Amino acid sequence: MAVIEFKDVQYKSILKGISGTFREGKITTLVGPSGAGKTTCLKQINGLLSPDAGAIYFKGTDLKDIDMMELRKKIGMAFQSAPMIAGTVYDNLNLPKAIFDQTLEQEEAKRLLERVDLKEVPLTQNVKELSGGEKSRIAIARTLVNRPDVLLLDEITASLDYRMVKEIEALVRKVQREFNVTVIWITHDLEQARRVSDDMWFLKDGKLIEQGTIELIEDSNNPVIEAFVKGVDQ
Amino acid sequence: MSYVQLASALVFILIPLVLTYTLKLGLGNDILIATVRSIVQLLIVGYILTFVFESDSKVYIGLMVLLMIVAATLNIIKKGDGIPGITGIILLTLVSVEFLTMGIMLGLRIIPFEAQEVIPISGMVIGNCMILSLLFLNKFKDEVERGDEIIELVLALGGSPKTAIDRSLKSAIRTSMIPTIEAQKTMGLVQLPGMMSGLIIGGADPMEAVMYQLLILFLILTNAAVSSVMVGYLSYRKLFNQKAQFLGLTNRND
Repeated sequence: MAVIEFKDVQYKSILKGISGTFREGKITTLVGPSGAGKTTCLKQINGLLSPDAGAIYFKGTDLKDIDMMELRKKIGMAFQSAPMIAGTVYDNLNLPKAIFDQTLEQEEAKRLLERVDLKEVPLTQNVKELSGGEKSRIAIARTLVNRPDVLLLDEITASLDYRMVKEIEALVRKVQREFNVTVIWITHDLEQARRVSDDMWFLKDGKLIEQGTIELIEDSNNPVIEAFVKGVDQ
Repeated sequence: MSYVQLASALVFILIPLVLTYTLKLGLGNDILIATVRSIVQLLIVGYILTFVFESDSKVYIGLMVLLMIVAATLNIIKKGDGIPGITGIILLTLVSVEFLTMGIMLGLRIIPFEAQEVIPISGMVIGNCMILSLLFLNKFKDEVERGDEIIELVLALGGSPKTAIDRSLKSAIRTSMIPTIEAQKTMGLVQLPGMMSGLIIGGADPMEAVMYQLLILFLILTNAAVSSVMVGYLSYRKLFNQKAQFLGLTNRND
């Protein structure tokens, strides 16, 4: 069943009539060269942007008919740079609660840290002292506070070393299973897409060139995809 | 003071000019332009004030205040470039602050509705509001540009535009108000404020000068709070649309 559906979505000159679906409970990667419109797609799903034409449906309801702030609690997003507010690990985990004048229980915060394999990091630690990988994990944990149905990941491993990349991939798969969330993950890295994807969207110049399982994409005869797979159009 | 005495005061312009040319600071033209502008502008204002005071017409008082508000608005909106509708926001703020302060002072009969009282005090009110607004906009735009990732993060977590921009907004309000509060702490110890000095030089009783100055200080504190908060809370909404999406600074003139 499709949890998210795009119908002829157009946005400025960035998205040029995209139609496609994301299956519930699966990991779908958005792959394609820079400027393909991947991040714009993600922001459309989260309601940070809206289509100029066409429509996006969440569980069958047009996003236009859903309160944006309620939608964003159900569709969490972790950004490429894992932005942190100044303060401690707890301050950042508590942010989704604090913005509604609520408080995240300390025990719940510790459980979240355990879920993202950061059991040893104290809640009182200043985020300035965290590594890039630790910030990525905190960013994922922070997104899970709202218990979203869909998790959007925007190149969260782009600036990490290979060992850390593999750890984050394992973590996302674990989180996807344990929280039963649908994951939509932007990556430049075709190898990463092979490792983590159930499904893949291949985008170029604002168009959805192909969508389907990883095997279907790799067996595609489309010259644009063939060029990307061979590494001549990154 | 005679015109001859005033002309001899130009010797004070020579000192910074000599310094800037000797040290090659590149400020020579700016100093000359500032000097000429201040002479011309103040002489014009002097003649206008003389006319208004002698005419004793309430209409002229209103026109003078309006002129001050328009001049201050034109000065401020340059700094507000990038915030849609900033001209209206600044005009509304200046008019509100002027009405609020003059309403209280005239209503409580602290000052009479006379040109000699209303115009100079309005000048201080509007001038202070202008400086506060400039400080606020400078800091606010900087905070928004540097904090756009956090603003989008809070929105993405389901926060409202107000919550998303709260840190930037409060930081800019605090920054714009701090100089006013700090200046008041050292008032009289480090410097004798302008109005009080002017009254004493003009021959007024020092205690009367102090009382007038205190009145102005309290006014300025109110202005600082009201103008920063008003400009801030009216401006931030312009950076979002009705779908709670962050538009950012538009980089265009209003």
